[in-house]
Amino acid sequence: MVKKFIKRGYLFLILAIMYAPIILLTVYSFNLSPDIGVWAKEWGFDLYVQLFTSEDVMQTVLNTLVLAFVASFLATILGTIGAIGTFYSKKRVKNALNGVTQIPVINAEIVTAVSIALVCTMLAFGRTYASLLIGHIVLCFPFVYLSVLPKLKQLDGNLYEAALDLGASPTKALFTVILPEIMPGIFSGFMLSVTLSLDDYIVTTFTKPPTFETISTYVFDAYAKGGKGSSVPALRALSAIIFLVMIIFLVVRNFVGRKKDEKKN
Amino acid sequence: MKALKFSRKHLGIPYALFMAMFVVLPLLLIILYAFTVEVPTSEAEIITNDITKFSFSFENFVKFFSNSANIRAIYISFGLAIITTAICLILAYPVAYILARSKMKSKSVLLLLFIMPMWINFVLRTAAMKELLFAIGMYRSNKLSMVNTVIGMVYDYLPFTILPIYTVLIKLDKNVLEASTDLGANNVQTFTKVVIPLSMPGVISAITMVLLPTTTSYVISDTLGNGNVTIIGKLIEDQFSTMFDWHAGSAIAMILLVLIFITMFVTRKFSDDDEVNVRGGGLW
Repeated sequence: MVKKFIKRGYLFLILAIMYAPIILLTVYSFNLSPDIGVWAKEWGFDLYVQLFTSEDVMQTVLNTLVLAFVASFLATILGTIGAIGTFYSKKRVKNALNGVTQIPVINAEIVTAVSIALVCTMLAFGRTYASLLIGHIVLCFPFVYLSVLPKLKQLDGNLYEAALDLGASPTKALFTVILPEIMPGIFSGFMLSVTLSLDDYIVTTFTKPPTFETISTYVFDAYAKGGKGSSVPALRALSAIIFLVMIIFLVVRNFVGRKKDEKKN
Repeated sequence: MKALKFSRKHLGIPYALFMAMFVVLPLLLIILYAFTVEVPTSEAEIITNDITKFSFSFENFVKFFSNSANIRAIYISFGLAIITTAICLILAYPVAYILARSKMKSKSVLLLLFIMPMWINFVLRTAAMKELLFAIGMYRSNKLSMVNTVIGMVYDYLPFTILPIYTVLIKLDKNVLEASTDLGANNVQTFTKVVIPLSMPGVISAITMVLLPTTTSYVISDTLGNGNVTIIGKLIEDQFSTMFDWHAGSAIAMILLVLIFITMFVTRKFSDDDEVNVRGGGLW
């Protein structure tokens, strides 16, 4: 009993530490005090109003989301065709492609970032939306590749042959036989890409056009260069909303997961 | 006309082209820049970083290693990385162990709670930490800069440590543990002699997950360090963004690259956990 209590207590303590900063921001998102820790008398939804009426912040949020989805979509296509192409290639080609795919994964983000900035400058399109997109694709595609590959390994090789024997063209066989089977891998690769892209700061800051801001660069500028504390209190409201979205996601996921379990039973 | 017929492996061609262009070529450029210096074409000596004007030289490396501030940054990076990784492991191992062994119904939800911060924007989380540290008075003295940075790094990378250890522990064969007890080992012995050695692959991938970003990702040290903490990643950023010396920056990047590949070569042998699971990809 005591042991159980200690165990639960420990888990709770770590969770408390992990969530303390986010909860603090959420609480203070309803307070107008410029400094966190100093509770001002007036409180309310003013920061949320500020957030939604600030064109800067709204543009930033939109930029971040569009970039994450476009980059993830392209990275998913690239990673998927890469995984399929590599998996069915000859051993030497396979090993080479596999090895190169690992490079962005194990490399430090800053090295990836500056190297892409260098290449884009050399190719004379410099720091534009294209370079930003390429940066994010490079960041994400290996993870799609790595999510799809195990699904290809599980795939029954005879299915494709059977489809060809039954008269399907290779393209049709690819779309109707292989793709549906590896869909779960593609999906998890896509989701992983979205989270990686949303999270990224370093590649973004080195490849983005000068006036383009994402949440990461915007928040970093507000905090790292703005001295102590934030210069933009509305960001508290933003992080509270992101936190809320995550909570909703958790609840929904848990609900869906339970249903799946019930079905299995 | 066999050559023109579509086959699955042809999909590898555009993939290989993309990688040649945006993975291999960029690294070659880094190496080229690292071993060259710019030849000024006119008296005005404006740095243009033009790819076409260079001469080979080891000057970038000599300059880097002869600057004591750089050497200090290397020490600080490794110090921070080792301390952060150690604290993360000490905090995360029990969490992973308790979660993996518990029979709680809500285990998967609990795990998700521990992993979820991974999906909240990492700069925003660091900023939130700054607000918290500021509110509890951790910014009164500059001496605390290093402590604040370590707190922030542990806070940010803890989920990345819990997940790989958990995935290894959950796969642990219960029969092995029983066998250990049957053969007369007590709980502590079973833990230190069976559980810990068997969970080493997870621990190693956790270490590689934390070690690299703590030495290179300057977001946390910049946000929380109050300008007093300079790590290797920051040196590269400085060269590219402030000094506009791409040759010097590339040289540091190349040193880092060599270090990374050495570390990977050593740790890959011990780790079988793939990167997708470490990042939470398996949870989707």
